[in-house]
Amino acid sequence: MSELTKLNLQGVIQGLRRGEFSCRELIQAYFERIQSLDFTINAYLYTDEEGALRKAEMVDRTLAEWRRSPQGELPPLLGVPLAVKDVLCVKGMPCTCGSKILEGFVPPYNATSVQKLLEAGAIVLGKTNTDEFAMGSSTENSAYGVTRNPWNLNRVPGGSSGGSAAAVAARLAPVALGTDTGGSVRQPASFCGVSGIKPTYGRVSRYGLVAYGSSLDVVGVLGRNMEDLALVFELMAGVDPRDATTVDLPVPHIHLDRSTDLSAIRVGVPKEYFIPGMQPQVEAAIRQAILHLQELGATVLEVSLPHTEYALPVYYLIAPAEASANLARYDGIRYGPRLGGEAMWEIFFRTRGEKFGPEVKRRIMLGTYALSAGYYDAYYGKAQKVRTLIKQDFERAFQIVDVIAAPIAPTTAFAIGEHTDDPLAMYLEDVFTLPANLAGVPGVAFPVGFDQQGLPIGMQLMGNYFQEELLFRIAHAYQLTTDWHLRTPQ
Amino acid sequence: MRLTRELVDHIAHLARLGLSEEERERYREQLSAILDHFQRLQELDTEAVPPTFRAVEARRPLRQDEVQPSLSISELLANAPDVEQDQFRVPPILDT
Repeated sequence: MSELTKLNLQGVIQGLRRGEFSCRELIQAYFERIQSLDFTINAYLYTDEEGALRKAEMVDRTLAEWRRSPQGELPPLLGVPLAVKDVLCVKGMPCTCGSKILEGFVPPYNATSVQKLLEAGAIVLGKTNTDEFAMGSSTENSAYGVTRNPWNLNRVPGGSSGGSAAAVAARLAPVALGTDTGGSVRQPASFCGVSGIKPTYGRVSRYGLVAYGSSLDVVGVLGRNMEDLALVFELMAGVDPRDATTVDLPVPHIHLDRSTDLSAIRVGVPKEYFIPGMQPQVEAAIRQAILHLQELGATVLEVSLPHTEYALPVYYLIAPAEASANLARYDGIRYGPRLGGEAMWEIFFRTRGEKFGPEVKRRIMLGTYALSAGYYDAYYGKAQKVRTLIKQDFERAFQIVDVIAAPIAPTTAFAIGEHTDDPLAMYLEDVFTLPANLAGVPGVAFPVGFDQQGLPIGMQLMGNYFQEELLFRIAHAYQLTTDWHLRTPQ
Repeated sequence: MRLTRELVDHIAHLARLGLSEEERERYREQLSAILDHFQRLQELDTEAVPPTFRAVEARRPLRQDEVQPSLSISELLANAPDVEQDQFRVPPILDT
């Protein structure tokens, strides 16, 4: 492995500024690695080597000039390679959402999150694989083939941001954007042994994010450690006139120091997150990590989130309902392929019937049913009320504790094909990640151990609204005193 | 609870999804099993509970409705499968 692809963001930024290597060398090192490994892993759906190298040369000229006469501030991410989940629009790069229905679609604009990082100097390497329209927990629902877990090629990388997680784990990108509607940043981070942040709902603009569940979707980051995540997060967060659900609150400048003293922190452990049937090594690793936080001074308290078991039905009614409305726009008229038809209705039925994949159609059916006349009150209406109870669980818990520590998934990465015939079994993989999305609270994921088969185990810390900085601080203290996040797959 | 075939056909029609016979049967089975599992929501008394449509309310004031630069027509039509004279071209939708 080239030394350059081993560097974290701090290493990349410092090395470029000191002239230890050029941006061109850095970008080339990543593309050499992508060429040799991604045939097997399939993390990327699209790469843009030519465009990235062109930008790298511009960065090198800027840096050369700056070194001659260092005046003013350089853009904070100048020359930093970035992978982007293929549900976020990057101008001029195809955006498929892992679906045949968007084959050939090239967005004419950037998502706000992407735009802000480009303005900060980042260079997009390419677009990463995802379950179709971010609907899935394994990346097996991509129309363009499954992504393989870099720790074990017969295992899934998790999903739906599986391509981004695998890219970071395999050192095919130092940092990657993902999205989290029901756990899609945290669960693949856990399965691939990397770090991830799911911000508070409304903290990061959804403009240019292809909508799945609009009241749940949030753009997040996957990377190697909390410092890297915090840097990218603070640059892309903030109010956006193009997304009326973004919240107008200041985004803190996050400075993570070397302090590992957590004596002012109260950590809650929800008893409902330790269930029968959980893989024993996962539970042991989580318990051990919580003990570690205690050793750093944190007070650990048991808390109760009594409506946790209802999160699964609530999510799988609300998200498909929102999806059934959001995905109505794919009709073969304005973009994507058109099948059909002498008649307009024939175009709709054929294009949608043949170009959407099985899971997307399943969720459109489920959501249409939940919203349809006669069933609305019993399903969608009921789910929105129970959602209130789930939110209140968190509000009560955060009166007692600062953060909540919990497992991300009941097991480590499962085998490719293991759950593909049983949608309900696949949905059950999400039980621990769904509540944070329904309540809108932020969460970070980070590696806390490995099982006997050498597969990574991740833990999540969930925080109160807009408390991302606190989550970064606590997880950073953990990473300063452990080395799980430094391990890499062979 | 088992969904009837008529209901599955009705839902597919509402969603404008052209589904094969085999798909209709498969979704009938799978959605029935999923909705059975979701019955547990009915255990909860939510009579006095208000719904949550969004977990975090942005409460942003409306902006001024001002004309601003936008993408060009050619950029916006570049992805369309069928275009004529700067417009999306579709089959007739009304009987003549």
